Amino acid sequence: MSAHGRRVVIGVGNDYRRDDGFGPLVVAGLAGRQATDPRLADVDIRVSDGEPTRLIDLWTGAGLAVVVDAVLDDGHHAGHRHELALDALADDYSASSHTISLGSTVALGQVLGRLPGRLVVLAVSGTEFGFGQGLTPPVAAAVPAVVERACELVAEP
Amino acid sequence: MSHRSDRTLDVRSLARVEGEGAMHVRVSGDAVEDVRLDIYEPPRFFEAMLRGRRHTEPPDITARICGICPVAYQMSACNAIEDACGVTVDPAVADLRRLLYCGEWIESHTLHIYLLHAPDFLGYPSALDMAKDRRDLVERGLAMKKAGNEIVEVLGGRAIHPVNIRVGGFYRTPSPRELAPLRDKLRVALDQALDTVRWVAGFDFPDFHHNHELLALVAPGRYAIESGTVATTAGLTFDVRHFEDHIVEEQVPHSTALHALHARLAGRSRYAVGPAARYTLNRQWLSPLALEAATAAGLGADCRNPYRSILVRAVETVYALDEAIRLIDRYEPPARPFVEVPPRAAVGYGATEAPRGILFHRYGLDADGLITSARIVPPTSQNQASIEDDLRRFVSGRLDLDDEQLTWQCEQAIRNYDPCISCSTHFLDLTVERR
Repeated sequence: MSAHGRRVVIGVGNDYRRDDGFGPLVVAGLAGRQATDPRLADVDIRVSDGEPTRLIDLWTGAGLAVVVDAVLDDGHHAGHRHELALDALADDYSASSHTISLGSTVALGQVLGRLPGRLVVLAVSGTEFGFGQGLTPPVAAAVPAVVERACELVAEP
Repeated sequence: MSHRSDRTLDVRSLARVEGEGAMHVRVSGDAVEDVRLDIYEPPRFFEAMLRGRRHTEPPDITARICGICPVAYQMSACNAIEDACGVTVDPAVADLRRLLYCGEWIESHTLHIYLLHAPDFLGYPSALDMAKDRRDLVERGLAMKKAGNEIVEVLGGRAIHPVNIRVGGFYRTPSPRELAPLRDKLRVALDQALDTVRWVAGFDFPDFHHNHELLALVAPGRYAIESGTVATTAGLTFDVRHFEDHIVEEQVPHSTALHALHARLAGRSRYAVGPAARYTLNRQWLSPLALEAATAAGLGADCRNPYRSILVRAVETVYALDEAIRLIDRYEPPARPFVEVPPRAAVGYGATEAPRGILFHRYGLDADGLITSARIVPPTSQNQASIEDDLRRFVSGRLDLDDEQLTWQCEQAIRNYDPCISCSTHFLDLTVERR
């Protein structure tokens, strides 16, 4: 474990909802590399449906939490990658979960004193969130870069 | 001069919620002309996807339909497949399934009570706003929910989309020593649940009652959760195998949604499922502690005020915790974690009580165990007609409210039923059209 405490990477989404499967696919990629990539040693790799209390439980007490998600936004082209730190998560950020948006979940964690030491969101703009399997090509193309970026983040001192 | 004032309330959906929906209320003058709730239901997609899959796959696949109640989908799927294959599970396995299901009830009910429903009664726009003032309450809710979460994690292998469940039982069953640590946590959560009943009993409930026929599973001798016979408050009873003889799902004329169906009782009318229906038909089989809590909270023989469903959920949370402790105390591991489920050409039926109400599955299998047909009837589609009826009557009495207030109160009325869409409507924009 790092000197800064537990590190967790959380892939948010549902792989039966097209581009929403981005988060789970990225963490599957990380899990596949964990045995051979020393940067991922002792990193807690999880999947979440985004339900806010479970997200809060997953990152409570962590020194670093990296949340990987797909978002629906009109302002960027499909496959555009976003990297957001804690303070950039506006309440209306469109990575919504079953009940509360990710921004609101962060705000709730803040009120409850249950935020990780550092929170980074790696997101990709998606276009298809209907029922079905498989990412759209622009979102699928973003997977390797986000896997690598997550590895870099958890390896930072 | 005409004083006709037409207005339309449209609440549209967001991406990525387990059930997605839209609410539409059209008012003309002092008359409610149209009320409709469009729900885009995930089961329709999964029914198609299941065809051609092996008979062992539905528990894993259907668990993905809902992040809040995967266990319900898994248990209904197991019941249906085992029915088709003529298999009965070990009683100890059945007890473990009931324990697992208690965990899901605790999670789901607590989430709804504390994060979705209570803010409505206390005048907060969201759980976040409530937490700013009453952090202690939200902390209590999260602690209770975590207790349910841990049951699901221990038995299911992980908290979401449990991976330890299979047709015929579990891949692996826990030792008594593994379950023991849960007991102390559940005991603490039980005290918190009793406090929750007392807390919500003090809420101010609107004076609103319905006359829907209530439908739930009943299992004489125990509060129905993982199995039972279907019963209604009008005296209708039937075996789960005859579910489709009595329940008719029909495409509603107004709906433009491809997946929206309304369920009705054949030859009768709308009906409602969920905690209030379950409580009304199963009250006598609550544990003494839960029954005492219900009585002290003012719940009588039935519950026909949908706003008081929060109270029933609180009582059912007490029951689920009490029952989970009882099941852990008497737990003896089964000789084998599962029984083999050899396929055969047959049709199987299964139903369980999901947190939101009865969840029906039916699968047709060929001799090789490939699925030839699948049918899933979720609680939300069964409640849809009743919710619309509530909204129609509710809006009629509140036309003096402005659109914002009326929309907010309609959303509350919808949330009484805890449909998956309750979350989406909480955050949606309102469009008002006037002619």
